[in-house]
Amino acid sequence: MLRRLLLFVFALLCAFGALGDVAAAQEEDSEPWSVGGTQLDPDREPIEGVVITVYTVDGEELGSDVTAADGTWNVELPGPGNYVAELDTSTLPDDVALRNEDNNPLSFTVRTLGRPKIIAFATGEDTRATVAVWRKLLQLAVDGVKFGLIIAMASMGLSLIFGTTGLTNFAHGELVTWGALVAWYVNVRIGWHLVPAAIVAVIIGGITGGLLDRLLWRPLRSRGTGLIAMLVVSIGLSLLVRYIFLFQFGGRTRGFKEYAVQRAWDLGPIGVAPKDLFSIVLSVVVLVLVALGLQRTRAGKAMRAVADNPDLASSSGIDVQRVILLVWMFGAGLAALGGILLAMSEQASFQMGFQLLLLMFAAVVLGGLGTAYGALVGGLVVGMMIQLSTYWIPSEMKNVGALFVLIVILVIRPQGILGSKERIG
Amino acid sequence: MDWESIIRNALRAGVNLDAAAYALAAIGLNMHFGYTGLLNFGQVGFMAVGAYSVAITVNELGLSMWLGLPIGILGAIVFALLLGLPTLRLRADYLAIVTIASAEIFRLVVRAASLREVTGGSSGMTQFARDFYAVNPFSRGTYGFWHFQFDERRFWLLLVVWSLIAVVATVVFLLMRSPWGRVIKAIREDEDAARSLGKNVYWYKMQSLIFGGICGAFAGFAFAIGTQSVQPDTYSSPVTFFALTALILGGMARVVGPIIGSVMFWMLLAFSDSFLRQAVNAGHISTSIMDSNQVGQVRFMLVGLALMLLPIFRPQGVLGDRREIDLDAR
Repeated sequence: MLRRLLLFVFALLCAFGALGDVAAAQEEDSEPWSVGGTQLDPDREPIEGVVITVYTVDGEELGSDVTAADGTWNVELPGPGNYVAELDTSTLPDDVALRNEDNNPLSFTVRTLGRPKIIAFATGEDTRATVAVWRKLLQLAVDGVKFGLIIAMASMGLSLIFGTTGLTNFAHGELVTWGALVAWYVNVRIGWHLVPAAIVAVIIGGITGGLLDRLLWRPLRSRGTGLIAMLVVSIGLSLLVRYIFLFQFGGRTRGFKEYAVQRAWDLGPIGVAPKDLFSIVLSVVVLVLVALGLQRTRAGKAMRAVADNPDLASSSGIDVQRVILLVWMFGAGLAALGGILLAMSEQASFQMGFQLLLLMFAAVVLGGLGTAYGALVGGLVVGMMIQLSTYWIPSEMKNVGALFVLIVILVIRPQGILGSKERIG
Repeated sequence: MDWESIIRNALRAGVNLDAAAYALAAIGLNMHFGYTGLLNFGQVGFMAVGAYSVAITVNELGLSMWLGLPIGILGAIVFALLLGLPTLRLRADYLAIVTIASAEIFRLVVRAASLREVTGGSSGMTQFARDFYAVNPFSRGTYGFWHFQFDERRFWLLLVVWSLIAVVATVVFLLMRSPWGRVIKAIREDEDAARSLGKNVYWYKMQSLIFGGICGAFAGFAFAIGTQSVQPDTYSSPVTFFALTALILGGMARVVGPIIGSVMFWMLLAFSDSFLRQAVNAGHISTSIMDSNQVGQVRFMLVGLALMLLPIFRPQGVLGDRREIDLDAR
């Protein structure tokens, strides 16, 4: 034990001693200002005989050096300031070229006394850019999957409501906002953790959807209000609710208390914030459950039957009004969950849902208006496309591409990917 | 409460630029929705095309403002063709989605920073309508009577815009009495019947879309010239819904419906605005409920409420005929 302690003290002393040596050495040869480096070829072997000349920014030559056998060079400078170094490319070996011609001449700034300023002229193929391309695209694709799943989740209800009632619900975006705002309120104002807050918000969202159907849309259906009139009513509702949100919530965006900022996990070539990964996983789980529910359960089968043909469904003994109520609750709950996930990545605002609405329409039309799985496929395609397109176009224009595709799809295949032809009448 | 000023504000709003421009936009919507049964929710796109045509012609191309007007009309025709070609064969709600999306595309494109050189980006452009005021025949002074007194520039503007409304309304009146108008209404009532009579329904709808779109561009001209500025975010989707509310309020498928509707609409909005503002300032409404910034938001709620209640309880508006305004033509 004692020996170990002594060894430790000795090591410590040595370390201090070494530090002292370095300090002394620096003071000793307190070299004048200089710039230098080691010129390497693409295989990281030194190159001998390359001429590098250093100028002031005004173009006055200060000196030049030829690289030694170990590739090093050094040029003395008059003092701190901005300089330019130029490598004479004709002195490079024939099979070696600079990686980026734009970096020759190279500007640099000298601030620290003592050590030479190190600069490097990189050689070889421009590999950095190509690595960045697929890495960037992969990163965008992950963002696209996340966003696409959110769109898919939010637009599932839009599509099913259309399928079961024929209503093009322009107020569906407000259901998305509603979910996010309720979650924000419970999370920040009441102070619950985000997870229970989100569960509460989804339940409240679903109940709201049910109430909307029970108190507004069902009475309208039973008094025989036309579909176009209902569409106008939904626009009015959207405007009314959106500005009530603005009135109550204010115009600025707000984040949740938890998970606002997260360090990204390093997953190989890309970085993903845990909350984004969680968002993707949760969306997939929910959507798989929804798909299973639609496929296997009685209620799900009834929903698909009513969406496919309400009259036939009704005559085979399905309580159509009850199914529509279920569709509303379930669609509004999914929209609320989509809103919460969206607010987790982009913060909540009074018009977040309305901004999403056109993308949801794009997704639903793309996938096939009125089909449940169409929204899923369309949402993923639209989300991916929006995020990936930012690689080529400025991100402020990313939604333009998605809306443009919506129009193109209507020209080529108006029934959408999964839709059947007779729906478009 | 200063009732005098509330009434004055409301009355002036009924003839001012907003009412006039929205009347033009609503006349276009009436052609689409009221007569043909087309659901155009992107009327604001046509307005933006008109407004930006004038601004770009003067500020970027350096040409006369008067040349901007035919360019704007041409732009509206092209926009109508772009919208109509893919969607007029489809069901009505597809047109609704595509038109609202196209108007949004236009807004996002003109506000893009990368196009700042041409469109002015998100801050838009100003001072391009001097040519219009240069030919103002009225000398400096105040014109009009009673509450309707305006300075010479505004008076000249309103005179021109309301005259334009009169001309356009007359054209609509004549068109609707013509064989063309009868085909258009027949399409609204029963598209298949019109088709079975050998009418090219698609092409008639397209003509209707173009005509209404040009009316929208006129509204854009009025806004651009009247305010001497264009800004992308003033051309967002609520504008279309305002015009739609004005139209339904006045009565669809009536020549003067959109005009009366727009006048009433803006009078009601100005009334509620000034009323609430005064009530807040006088302390009748506590600031815990509403402050003066929030008064502007109430107008949107009122419009939303009107847009919900009118189609349910009075789809024919003030002037319309309920038998003709079966909002579910399609």
